[in-house]
Amino acid sequence: MSKNNNSANTAPAKKIYNFCSKKMMIFIITAAIVAVTLIGCLVRGISVAIEFRGGTMITYQYTGDIDTNAVKAAAGEIITDSITIRTGESLDSDAKELTISFTSENGLTVERQTDLTDKLQEKFPDNDLTLYDSNDVSPTTGTEFFLKCIVAVIFAAVLIILYIAIRFRKIGGWTAGLCSVLALLNDLLVAFAATIIFGFEFSSNTVAVILTILGYSINNTIVIYDRIRENKKLTPKASISQLVNAGCSQSLTRSIRTSVTTIGAMLSITIVVLISGYDSLLSFSVPLMFGLVSGTYSSLFVAPVTWAAWEEKRTSKKSGKKEKSE
Amino acid sequence: MKKAKKSTFFIVLVLILLFSVSSVLGLDYQFGDNCKPLINGVDDIRLGIDIQGGVDVTFGPANDVDATKEQLDAATATIKTRLVNKGINDSEVYSDEDSDRIIVRFPWQAGETDFDPETAVKELGETAELTFRKGTASETDENEETVPTGEIVISGADVQSAQAVNMPNDEGQYEYMVKLILNDSGKSAFAAATTELKGSSTPISIWMDNIMISAPTVNNAITDGEAYISGSFETMSDAQDLADKINSGALPLKIETKSFKTISPTMGEGSLNAILLAGAIALAAIAIYMIVLYKLPGMVAVIAIIGQIAGSIAAVSGWFGFMDSSTLTIPGIAGIILAVGMGVDANIITGERLKEELRSGKSLESGINVAYKKAFSAILDGNITNVIVAIVLMGAFGVPTSFFSKILNSTIFAAFGATAEGVVYSFGYTLLAGVIFNFVMGVFAARLMVTSLSKFKCFKNRKLFGGDVK
Repeated sequence: MSKNNNSANTAPAKKIYNFCSKKMMIFIITAAIVAVTLIGCLVRGISVAIEFRGGTMITYQYTGDIDTNAVKAAAGEIITDSITIRTGESLDSDAKELTISFTSENGLTVERQTDLTDKLQEKFPDNDLTLYDSNDVSPTTGTEFFLKCIVAVIFAAVLIILYIAIRFRKIGGWTAGLCSVLALLNDLLVAFAATIIFGFEFSSNTVAVILTILGYSINNTIVIYDRIRENKKLTPKASISQLVNAGCSQSLTRSIRTSVTTIGAMLSITIVVLISGYDSLLSFSVPLMFGLVSGTYSSLFVAPVTWAAWEEKRTSKKSGKKEKSE
Repeated sequence: MKKAKKSTFFIVLVLILLFSVSSVLGLDYQFGDNCKPLINGVDDIRLGIDIQGGVDVTFGPANDVDATKEQLDAATATIKTRLVNKGINDSEVYSDEDSDRIIVRFPWQAGETDFDPETAVKELGETAELTFRKGTASETDENEETVPTGEIVISGADVQSAQAVNMPNDEGQYEYMVKLILNDSGKSAFAAATTELKGSSTPISIWMDNIMISAPTVNNAITDGEAYISGSFETMSDAQDLADKINSGALPLKIETKSFKTISPTMGEGSLNAILLAGAIALAAIAIYMIVLYKLPGMVAVIAIIGQIAGSIAAVSGWFGFMDSSTLTIPGIAGIILAVGMGVDANIITGERLKEELRSGKSLESGINVAYKKAFSAILDGNITNVIVAIVLMGAFGVPTSFFSKILNSTIFAAFGATAEGVVYSFGYTLLAGVIFNFVMGVFAARLMVTSLSKFKCFKNRKLFGGDVK
C-alpha cells in the first residue's frame, strides 16, 4: 500500500494508507466471492438438515452394545443422504433403542426400509435388532421459519440503517448505513460459500453463524465510521477520501488485534473439535471463521471505500447542479 | 471519573470475583435434609439436546381419531410455544401426517432433580381447553373421567390474553389471580351470561379440561371484557402457570403419549467437554494476548471479560431471582461468544486510544479520561446496533405474549403465525444479556479499575499503561 502523509492525520507518527485507491481490488474480490458461491451451489448443491426439510426417522430396538459409527457406515450403504444416529432408552420398557434419521425426498419406500433392516441385522447379528417404529416427518421448522428469518434480518438491517443515519448524520448517515449493510452482505456471502464448499448441512448451527456475523460485521464497520466521524470534527476541511484513509489507518491496529482474538477463538474451537472428533460443531466454527476474516476485510475496505465513492459522487453532482443554477 | 480512589480497584475486583464465583458454583441452602438452591450456578443450566441429549416423546391422537393436517400443525405450534414458555429453548418438534404422530424432543439429563420430564410431558400433552360454563353440572364418561356438561359461555379461544396478578378480592384481601382480557366475541358472550345469571344462585364454573378451578356466583353483570380466575392459587407462579397455559392456547384435539424414551446428544457424548476445553484455551490465549499488548489496562480487561462471561452464565442459569433458568444451545453459546468478542473489542479500542493519548504527551490522568471518553462513542454505537439485532430476534421468535413479540407480531410479522423458535430466541437472549454486561464490566467497571490503579505510586509508570517512556 502506498504511503500518503496527508493533513487528516490526527494521531501523531502513524502511517496513513490509501484505502480509497483499492476500488479495483475490492471489486475483483467481491466478484470472486459471488463466483465462488455460485459455482459452489452448482457443484456441491445445498443440503438442508432434517429439522428444516423433513425426512425419515426409523427406530430399532436392540440388545447389548452397539457402535453407532459402524451403524452409520452400514446405513450409509443403503441411504445416500446424510444420516444422524441417536441411541436411547425407552422410559416405559427399559429397552435400548436406536434412531436413524435422514432427509429424504419422498419418504422411504417399503423396499428400501426392508433393505436397511436386513442390512443392519446382517451386520450386527449379536444385537438382535428389531424394527420398532418408522415415521416420515414434516420439518419441525419449515419454509415459514426461513421466510420469517429473512424478514427479521431485513427488519433488523432497516433499523440499523436508521440508527446509523441518525448517529452519523454529520458524515452523510444514510449512505453510511447502506454501505454497512453492503459489507454485511459480503460477509454473509462468504460464510454461506464456506458452508456450501465444505459440504455442511444447513442446520441450526448455520442460523447461529448468520446471526453472529450480523452482529459482528455491523459492529466492526461502526468502529471505523466512528473514527471517520471524529476526524471530520477535527479536520472539517479534509476530503472524503482523506477522512476514510485516515480513519481506516488509525483503526488498523485495533481491527487486526480484535480479529486475532475472535478468529483465534474460532480456530481453537475448530482444532479441539477436529482432535476430539465431535465434528458436528465444525459446521458452526468453520463458516464463522471465514465470516470473521471477511468481516475484518469488509469493514476496512468494502464499507468505507464504497461509502467514500458514493459520497464523492453525490457531492460532485450537488456542486455540478449548483454551478448550473448559478 | 475523579471519584475513583485507590480502594476502588479492590472493591470492584472483589465484587466481580464474588459475582463470578457465585454464578459458576451457585449457592445451596442446606436446611435439614432439604437442599434448596439459593443462587443458581452452572449446574442449574440445562444444555440443549445437541450437547447433552434429552427425551423423545411421541404423541398421537387419543382413541386413534384421524387428525387433519391443520389440527396437527396447530398442535405442533402450541406444543412449541409451551416448550419456550417453560424455558426449554431447544427442542425439535416433528409431525407425521401419515401416522398422525407428533414427535417432541427436548433436553433433559438423567438424574436432574428439579426438572421432571414426566410432568413436563404430561403438561405438553394436555389439551388445556379453558371453558366458562353455566352451573357446575358434570357427568362421568365411559373412561370414568369427570366431564363438564354445563352450557359453555366462553372458551380459551375467546381470550385475548391472560396475565397473573396479585390484587385485592371482594373481601379486600390480596390474592393471586389470573386476569383474562376477552376479545370481542368473548366480551359480548360473557356480558350476556353474567347479565342473565346476576343475583341468581347458579354459578359460572371455570374448567381447565376436566378439572374445575372455581365456581363463583355472579354479583354484577361484567360488560368490560375482563374476567378474573381466583381462589385456587397459593403462589404467584401457580397463577403464572395457568396464565401461560391459557396464552399458549388449547390443543385442537386430545392427544396421548404413544412412546417416551431418552436420546443421546446429536453431537456425541462428551462434546460439552470439547466445547469447554476450546473455550478455556481461547480465553487463556486472549488473556495472555491482552496483558502482553496492554499491560495494566490489559489485566483489567481480563478481569472485566471474566465478569462479563459470568454475567452471561448468570443470565442463562437464572442467577437473578426474577429470571428462570433457560436452555443453553449452540446458538445461545454463539450469542455469548459474540458478546464476549465485543467486550474484548471494547477493551482493545480503549487500550489503543490510551496508547495514542499517552504518546501525544498527555498526563496519565487526563490520558485515561480522554481515552475512555473517545472510545465510548464507538463502543456505544456498536453495542446499540447489537441490542437492536437481539431485540428483533427475541421479538420475532420469542413467546407470543412477551413484550417485544406483542409489538413485532402485530406489525412487522403480521403475515406470519406467532411461532416461538427457541434456538433463535436463545441467541437473542444471550446476546442482549452479554451486551448489557459489556457496558457494566467492559466500560464502567474497567474504567473504575484503571483510574483507581493509576492513583498508586508504584503504578505511576506510563509504560504500564501503554505509553512511551519519557
